[in-house]
Amino acid sequence: MTTSTETIEQLASREYQHGFITDVEQETIPRGLSEDVVRLISAKKQEPAWLLEWRLQAYRMWLTMKEPTWGNVKFDPIDYQNMIYYAAPKKKPVLQSLDEVDPEIRRTFEKLGIPLDEQKMLSGVAVDAVFDSVSVATTFKEKLGELGIIFCSFSEAVHHHPELVRKYLGTVVPYSDNFYATLNSAVFSDGSFAYIPKGVRCPMELSTYFRINAKDTGQFERTLIIAEDGAYVSYLEGCTAPMRDENQLHAAVVELVALDNATIKYSTVQNWYPGDKDGKGGIYNFVTKRGKCQGVNSKITWTQVETGSAITWKYPGCILQGDNSIGEFYSVATTNNWQQADTGTKMIHLGKNTKSTIVSKGISAGHGQNTYRGLVKIAKGAKGAHNYSQCDSLLIGDRCGAHTFPYLEIKNSTAKVEHEASTSKIGEDQIFYCRQRGLSTEDAVNMIVSGFCKDVFRQLPMEFAVEAQKLLSVSLEGSVG
Amino acid sequence: MSNLDNYQAEFEKARQQRAGEPARIGRVRDEAMRRFLAQGFPTTRHEEWRFTSVAPIAAANFALANGSGAAGETTARPFEIPDVFGAELVFVDGSYAPALSTPGTLPAGVQAGSLSAYAAGRADAIEQHLTQVAPFDRQPFVALNTAFFRDGAYINIPARTVLEKPIHVLFLSSGETRKDEQSSRESRPHFSCPRVLVVLGEQSQAAIVESYAGADGAEYFTNVVTEIVLGDSAVLDHYKLQHESTQAFHVSAVYLKAARSANCTSHSVSLGGALVRNDVIAVLGGEGGQCALNGLYVADGQRHIDNHTTIDHAMPHCDSREIYKGVLADRARGVFNGKIIVRPDAQKTDAKQTNRALLLSEDAQVNSKPELEIFANDVKCTHGAAVGQLDEDAVFYLRSRGIGLAEARRLLIHAFAGDVLNRMALEPIRTAVERVLQRQLARALAA
Amino acid sequence: MLTVRNLHARVAGREILRGINLEIMHGEVHAIMGPNGSGKSTLARVLAGHPEYEVTAGEVTFEGEDLLEMDPEERARAGIFLAFQYPVEIPGVNNAYFLKAALNTVRKQRGLEELDAMEFMTLVRERMKQLDMDESLLSRPVNEGFSGGEKKRNEIFQMAVLEPKLGVLDETDSGLDIDALKVVAGGVNAMRNADRAFLVVTHYQRLLNYIVPDQVHVLTEGRIIRSGGKELALELEEKGYGWLEQPVGG
Repeated sequence: MTTSTETIEQLASREYQHGFITDVEQETIPRGLSEDVVRLISAKKQEPAWLLEWRLQAYRMWLTMKEPTWGNVKFDPIDYQNMIYYAAPKKKPVLQSLDEVDPEIRRTFEKLGIPLDEQKMLSGVAVDAVFDSVSVATTFKEKLGELGIIFCSFSEAVHHHPELVRKYLGTVVPYSDNFYATLNSAVFSDGSFAYIPKGVRCPMELSTYFRINAKDTGQFERTLIIAEDGAYVSYLEGCTAPMRDENQLHAAVVELVALDNATIKYSTVQNWYPGDKDGKGGIYNFVTKRGKCQGVNSKITWTQVETGSAITWKYPGCILQGDNSIGEFYSVATTNNWQQADTGTKMIHLGKNTKSTIVSKGISAGHGQNTYRGLVKIAKGAKGAHNYSQCDSLLIGDRCGAHTFPYLEIKNSTAKVEHEASTSKIGEDQIFYCRQRGLSTEDAVNMIVSGFCKDVFRQLPMEFAVEAQKLLSVSLEGSVG
Repeated sequence: MSNLDNYQAEFEKARQQRAGEPARIGRVRDEAMRRFLAQGFPTTRHEEWRFTSVAPIAAANFALANGSGAAGETTARPFEIPDVFGAELVFVDGSYAPALSTPGTLPAGVQAGSLSAYAAGRADAIEQHLTQVAPFDRQPFVALNTAFFRDGAYINIPARTVLEKPIHVLFLSSGETRKDEQSSRESRPHFSCPRVLVVLGEQSQAAIVESYAGADGAEYFTNVVTEIVLGDSAVLDHYKLQHESTQAFHVSAVYLKAARSANCTSHSVSLGGALVRNDVIAVLGGEGGQCALNGLYVADGQRHIDNHTTIDHAMPHCDSREIYKGVLADRARGVFNGKIIVRPDAQKTDAKQTNRALLLSEDAQVNSKPELEIFANDVKCTHGAAVGQLDEDAVFYLRSRGIGLAEARRLLIHAFAGDVLNRMALEPIRTAVERVLQRQLARALAA
Repeated sequence: MLTVRNLHARVAGREILRGINLEIMHGEVHAIMGPNGSGKSTLARVLAGHPEYEVTAGEVTFEGEDLLEMDPEERARAGIFLAFQYPVEIPGVNNAYFLKAALNTVRKQRGLEELDAMEFMTLVRERMKQLDMDESLLSRPVNEGFSGGEKKRNEIFQMAVLEPKLGVLDETDSGLDIDALKVVAGGVNAMRNADRAFLVVTHYQRLLNYIVPDQVHVLTEGRIIRSGGKELALELEEKGYGWLEQPVGG
């Protein structure tokens, strides 16, 4: 073993930092999925009849569907009847203020660096904290309310703004979309809702922090963000889970709607528990995220840093419907140990002069397998569409793998499509080169990895970029050698 | 009489005129002819020829050019390159034209002249390399050339020799036709099969320019094969400038083999021809070799230009850089196929390929296909492809500053092509190409 | 300055160096020549401490210190610079940033103050001019997209900025055309002085026309089989390496 490997391995002995379990009284429903369970979830949330009906339609459809098998990932079959579909901390029926949040949960979020106390928070970020199946707190609600911005849990939105939810729910990801999205539509528990009215620029970052705590539960949250004409919002999503030996399913749905001249930036730092060194445990992160640039000149940007989860399966995409609309996707996905990721994007160009940019950086280490899968579709009417894709893979060690599957469907000859791809290996050579110039191994690795990811980190809000960089160096430690 | 029979007859006729040739070459020719007849001309059912139909070549009734090498004086030279060359070899209709050539004074030991003359003199490098670099088993046009080449250029630079001035090899086609004695049919257009062999010894250095031109509007078929062998640490700057008649067929293949630490740049410029197919095959066969392939093609009317390239990384630590750009106007059609092979032993390969096409009309078309075949794990391969039209915003911007529409478009196209032109180290060549390019663009834009 | 005694080294279980002895004094230029696979590049990499190579016997002292005990970065900071045969690319890491980080660690080691951005740029511009390098290379990622010639020039440029005590050039001439070769040689010659030494590893004599060595050593099969003045290189070029493989002095 070489000295540089040793140094790195020492650093690597750090474990997943968010793996603790919160001891809080939980309310769960019995294992298994049936029409009754769907009704029970809906009843617990006191939902209107139309929503229950929607859920039931989804459930019946789901019964006829099969799990997709085209992903470049391997896992044992999931037993959908041995899972708990609803878990929530017991609490008072209605919280009057943030002070009433269960102190144990409050401490949990504090430990995760997400204080729920508005005074302690970064003044520029409003947080919706989701603990297992439910939203436990949303900060800065009133301040945002003054501008007409609605930022609350999904359940709350169903009660207080049913007309908005009903108008947009399922318009971007219909309940029939795919196996996991359909399952989510039937059993989704909570999530975040944001509505930015016409002409308003949201003054702070909106953020949802997802925490899985309960054992054997699936997490099925649903997020809906609507930006009216000329509105702007930047939204951040973070997630962690305790270390458990069993795999847990996370099947979320995110829908974004941007109307004329609206801009939505959606950033994710995904750090679900990835499983241990031998590949035991970890979250199955099977997520459907899609945005619709419905209006002219609208813009949706997805930025994701995917470091956690045992398996990641997600393709945040954009439907570019409005003329001149813009879709962007920036992604860093790392897989270490036995992690698997099959991720990428879909850019569907429908409107004229629509533009999309895809920058994907995959880092594979250990036995990690990393697949980029991207679709660029240019419809016949999408005159003057333009896509630029760049897709780079970095291999660390020789037991990991990188795979690239770009799909291009071009039906209009005025389209301009550019694609670049590279695969390279970081190894002793690069590190030795840096050391020969006097730099330490640690500095060398950090320099090489952050250089590789620079194009994506640049897209993240400042605090997140720092966080992402730290996360990345932790998640890759122990992998160079 | 089918057209293949026609080639068979031409082959028999040509055999009688090759008395002085080494026996090995004669045997290779027979084999090549067999291969050609067995395969015939390729069709679009062949993957390698999917987008390029050579049916017009197959259908035409060509006669082997039998030029005396004298008729070329009147043939235009589209590239007005000033006299910067150490030597200039001129061929007319496939035959050496001593009267038009300038042997020049080259460093001691350098051989540059007529291939057939050197072959008759049993030059060692010819014995060793001629027909050995370009395979013809599954390449019908290489087989055709191998069976028929009458002459061409032979350049041999001995080890450690640095050529100060470039060597120019110019192939002119007179556009003359041949009347057959036996038949009463009309005059038949000519085909010629020039062959070029370039051998660079270890640590030698040279710049070599091949150019092709023909009488304006003449119909003929040029089918050329160039074989290049680079020794250890040899450095070559190679140019192939093609400006055939707009009615001509041009099929070419450049085969390049580079040894350890050799450094080779090959530029391919295609401005003329009705139906053009260029193949460049570079084998990096020694550790630490470098290869750059640069290409520029421009077509208007109904012309068709196809560029196929292969870079074969066979050994570790080799770098390759490739950039091909095309400008297509009217109903012209372009094809680019860039293959990069990284063999299992070729660790630390660094290959970068870019190909771009600019379509000036709705009816122009390009088919572009990068192919990466990677069998080693520690490599870096990048490819980028883009097809697009002129940026109308940029055109508008220039017009808003008072520049006329045609001029604005010309400027932008020139900037597009500049990327490739700027890679040409020989300044006089670059200037000459630019001049022809300007003329051609003016014509395409005026239409 | 550098003393190598009975150095043995192997890589992947194969012995490459089989007893190297070498003494380089301040201000000297030594050339190591030899056929491909003789161990020339291995010697260069072992001196720089490449982790793939295992030293199995012998000792190396540099300025009185035991070199073999040092990590690669310690050797670099102590003043050994290796110009790589195949310079490594580091995508996304800006050349100037990389070099500044390297220079400041080296300066810190030498007890000098770190340079600020302005001072650094002044120094760097001056060195680039000497090597006829385009300034845009500074803002590009380290070696990424550089041509072979640019990479080699970049190595010499880095050396000129880092000002090592001993410059080890590993086949810096391979793949270069004659003009680039002259530029590289000029860069090295400009750095020659009474304190600084160079070890020039090359397959060919040609580089030594421009960087004239004090001593030439011929390496075959992991041993130095002949040492001499600069004429030895010419003789080798003419007669080939086979000439020396016959018994010496017989």
